[in-house]
Amino acid sequence: MKPPSDRPDPEAFLRAAAQEGRGRLKVFLGAAPGVGKTFEMLREGAERVRAGVDVAIGVVETHGRAETEALTRGHDVIPRRQVAYEGRTLPEMDIDAILARHPQLVLVDELAHTNAPGSRHPKRYQDVEELLAAGIDVYSTINIQHIESLNDVVASFTHVRVRETVPDRILETAEIEVVDLPPDELIERLKDGKVYVPEEATRALQHFFSKSNLSALRELALRRAAQAVDVQMLDYLRSHALAGNWAVGERLVVAVNELPSSEGLVRGAKRIADALRAPWTALHVETPREQQFGEEERRRLAAALNLASQLGASVVSVPADSALDGIKAYVAEARATQLIVGKSARSRLFELRHGSIVDRLVRETPGVAVHVLPMIGEAPKPAAKPKRVFGSPSSYAWTTLMVAAITAGGSGLFHILNLANVALLYLLPVMVAASLFGRWPALYAGVVSSLAYNFFFLPPTGTFSVNNPENVVTIIVLLGVAVATSHLSARVRAQADLAAGSARQNAALAGFLRQLGDAANEEELMQAVCAEIARLLDVRTTMLVPSPDGPELRAAYPPEDRLETMERAAAGWALDKGLPAGRGSDTLTASDWLFYPLKTSERTIAVIGLARDDARDTVRSDQIPLLMSLLDQATLALERMRLGEEMRGVAELRERDRLRAALLSSVSHDLRTPLTAILGSIAELKHKESNPLIDTIDVETQRLKRFVSNLLDMARVEAGALKLGIEPVDLTDAVASAVHDTRATLEPHPIDLQVSPGLPLVRVDPQLFHHCLINLLDNAGRYADPDTPITILAERSPGSLALSILDQGPGLPPGREREVFETFRRLEGSDRSKGGTGLGLAIVKGFAEAMGLEVEAANRGEPRGARFTLRFPEALLVREPEDFDE
Amino acid sequence: MSNAATILVVDDEPHIRRLLNGTLERAGYRVAEAASGRQALEVLGEALPDVVLLDLGLPDRDGLELIPAIRKQSKAAILIVSARDATEHKVTALDLGAVDYVTKPFDTEELLARVRAALRGRIGADGGKASVTAHGVTFDLLDRRVMRGDEEIHLTPKEFAVIAELARFPGRVITHQQLLSAVWSHDYERHIEYLRVVIRNIRQKLEADPAQPAIVVNELGVGYRLMGVEN
Repeated sequence: MKPPSDRPDPEAFLRAAAQEGRGRLKVFLGAAPGVGKTFEMLREGAERVRAGVDVAIGVVETHGRAETEALTRGHDVIPRRQVAYEGRTLPEMDIDAILARHPQLVLVDELAHTNAPGSRHPKRYQDVEELLAAGIDVYSTINIQHIESLNDVVASFTHVRVRETVPDRILETAEIEVVDLPPDELIERLKDGKVYVPEEATRALQHFFSKSNLSALRELALRRAAQAVDVQMLDYLRSHALAGNWAVGERLVVAVNELPSSEGLVRGAKRIADALRAPWTALHVETPREQQFGEEERRRLAAALNLASQLGASVVSVPADSALDGIKAYVAEARATQLIVGKSARSRLFELRHGSIVDRLVRETPGVAVHVLPMIGEAPKPAAKPKRVFGSPSSYAWTTLMVAAITAGGSGLFHILNLANVALLYLLPVMVAASLFGRWPALYAGVVSSLAYNFFFLPPTGTFSVNNPENVVTIIVLLGVAVATSHLSARVRAQADLAAGSARQNAALAGFLRQLGDAANEEELMQAVCAEIARLLDVRTTMLVPSPDGPELRAAYPPEDRLETMERAAAGWALDKGLPAGRGSDTLTASDWLFYPLKTSERTIAVIGLARDDARDTVRSDQIPLLMSLLDQATLALERMRLGEEMRGVAELRERDRLRAALLSSVSHDLRTPLTAILGSIAELKHKESNPLIDTIDVETQRLKRFVSNLLDMARVEAGALKLGIEPVDLTDAVASAVHDTRATLEPHPIDLQVSPGLPLVRVDPQLFHHCLINLLDNAGRYADPDTPITILAERSPGSLALSILDQGPGLPPGREREVFETFRRLEGSDRSKGGTGLGLAIVKGFAEAMGLEVEAANRGEPRGARFTLRFPEALLVREPEDFDE
Repeated sequence: MSNAATILVVDDEPHIRRLLNGTLERAGYRVAEAASGRQALEVLGEALPDVVLLDLGLPDRDGLELIPAIRKQSKAAILIVSARDATEHKVTALDLGAVDYVTKPFDTEELLARVRAALRGRIGADGGKASVTAHGVTFDLLDRRVMRGDEEIHLTPKEFAVIAELARFPGRVITHQQLLSAVWSHDYERHIEYLRVVIRNIRQKLEADPAQPAIVVNELGVGYRLMGVEN
């Protein structure tokens, strides 16, 4: 397992970035029911409406109060969905209707509300998260005691515990407005019957609304809001790299065990972690003791770890001999700076004997601040070694038999042995019993042996009385050996069991990896993952991957070819959000399957679904660490397989490119050589005689030359593999050489050059850029009216540099300007008498885009004509060096 | 300049050889021919050419490999005449010691101008001319002065160093790397934009129209040459 890493500044930035595009959440926080949260929310909602925002009411509980009721009027109320549950219909917020209606802002009362069973999410705050993710702003309300990390604190002084809680992370990114009402006024309102109190809770709430309680709650609410501001401020500071003073590098570890108060410990740790702004880990040390855990203890442990993970902790399980060893080792490995442990109410005597774990932790983890939080309730049962340790009846029978045998043997040999040697013989059954059967049979062996020794050998024989005080010592020694040996062997056995457990898990993992290694392709790999996980955890498995039509079933064990709609929804959710979904998770719990995401650092590549035919938990809590390892390995294997396939694809592509390049080069040679001979010969002929036929050959051959050059260029563009040699180029140079190379075509047109030498250099491939310009100039020369000037104009504007070539001629058909860049397109209505290849502008576009330039075609105003522009984004402009002449 | 200079044409295409032969003889040169790399090295010793026109796509070996072999045996200036038009081919050939590069299909007048430039001795060398004039601007490499008529044009040391490199071999392409290593010497790879800026400043001072340079002319992706030198 990985130690938690520092939380670096980029994460704050990412959080801020993730926030963009998401809706914003504003929470109206109250100290108690009746302070007027809903009223305040509606009032602000109405203000937003007046400001022109599209506001809708998702759900508002007016509890029949007229003044609140009045405020809902004028708002667009989205009708609630009626959910049938146990013969009643419960009106629940209709999240799909809200998503479909997609207002800018939606008002959702009672953030902590628990939805009726069968809803998409068990909790309303999860609905709100989905709305936020869809980009809808949400206003909501909550009372302080519903905040997860404060739940305990509130319960400790009000003695009222609410079960509906909202994780702190929901509030961390929210804007919080405290709706404050002094306690006296609130009590007054309560007396006037202005506070809605459900009837069944009246008596409990009477105590709740005492003045001291309300004052404390009010303080808590104000403090929580202040803390939220702190957190958001820190995020802002960090993402904007402003100087500031905040705790850096703190890493917090909380040790969690199976006691009922572990959840309180986790909440406490969350508060401290928040205050320190530190990443935190909930650590569970697997000790031999756990083998004796009952269902209840396992459930409590899983609940504490689950809570920690919901509160934002990473959860880690390490095996160790004792909690102390495990904690010490992990704290060192993870370089934790803060350690939180619970202090149980153990007796003074226990601590004298075993030493306080807390004291030893403080002593043995130097450099770590150890926080000790009180644990309410009983201490862990340290030496509770039930059933098994007492041993089976047969072990006592065997022990008795051994003692009898020794006694018989001892009597037979008594004439050659002295008394002390006989006593030594009795050690034998004691040690055998201790190592084979455990402590109680060993003690039994000790007692029986000493009795037998006393009765049969110690004078006076035949009685249980002892004359010689020396022999009393012998008996005590026998008993002592029994205790010591059995203790030692019990520990050895426990360690062996633990080692065997680890070995089993390692063997399972190794076997898993071997199976995955044998897979030749992704299909086989997925099938192997499903089969192995199914075998190791004794469940049914499926694997789904994302596809444009929703989750696609790719593998299953035992084979399965379809999933129900509910399952598909859960799988889709898990794929989408990268979180577990389905039975036993937080979302879509009505699904029979539990889906876990296979996540790489960037995305969720697949989900694996687990199902069990009986009613037990899909995955036992003690199997979760193994499952997590299996999922990690499966993710790695899948990712590796995909990378491998991509690499093979790349290699093939490269080979194809190589062949294409070779072909192009040979074609280019074969076409150019005869052209060279023809053009050279024409030049020689022209020296010798003047003949209009020679001029015709010359002009047509020049055209052929241009055509060949364009064909080769186009082949390169289409091959999609332009090799770029980017360097800073002076536009003056580029334009000058393009004008030079097209002088024959442009002959009758004067060139109006408006390229200031002071422009920034541009980063392009000089040759590709040259071809772009040649084709644009060529095009202009062909379509411009006779003897009109061709303008080459470079313009600097903020953020870009544009080089335009303008002609005076028929221009482009209006509305179809972009089409000129298509291959073989010569727009109708253009002058076709001067033949072009139809490739030139497509090459311009291909080359320009390969270099990151934008191409534009448009008609100019006066004089009439076409305007082609190459636009260089700021990134392609070179800042002038200033120290070049030093 | 002696028109009795000998040019060796190395090309496997008989038509191209015939064409070049005719063009060069018309311009008054003696011409020798070779159809392969092996033959070129044989003829080299007999013909003692002043310039070798070398095709890169030879049947027996790549023309690029031939450049060092020819230079080992002869002082002839090597001028590449090839259908390969990629910048990297040009730069590689020039780095290997060719003096210039002409792509097929070529303009015969341009080819002849390149041959003349290749034949021209180094300006400022012992016993040779110490100055050269292009478009009315005179570069005096011994006095380290640039004059337009009687008027001296002031250049910074860097500007003069760059123009001197170009003026030493008028009409020949001088690669970016050659210029950069001669003028900046250290860590020159990243100074290509420095070179562009210096060239721009030189043009501002020398050219009649800096937007349409006639004296310091760019060879795309390869380097610069000093043009407009009268013979």
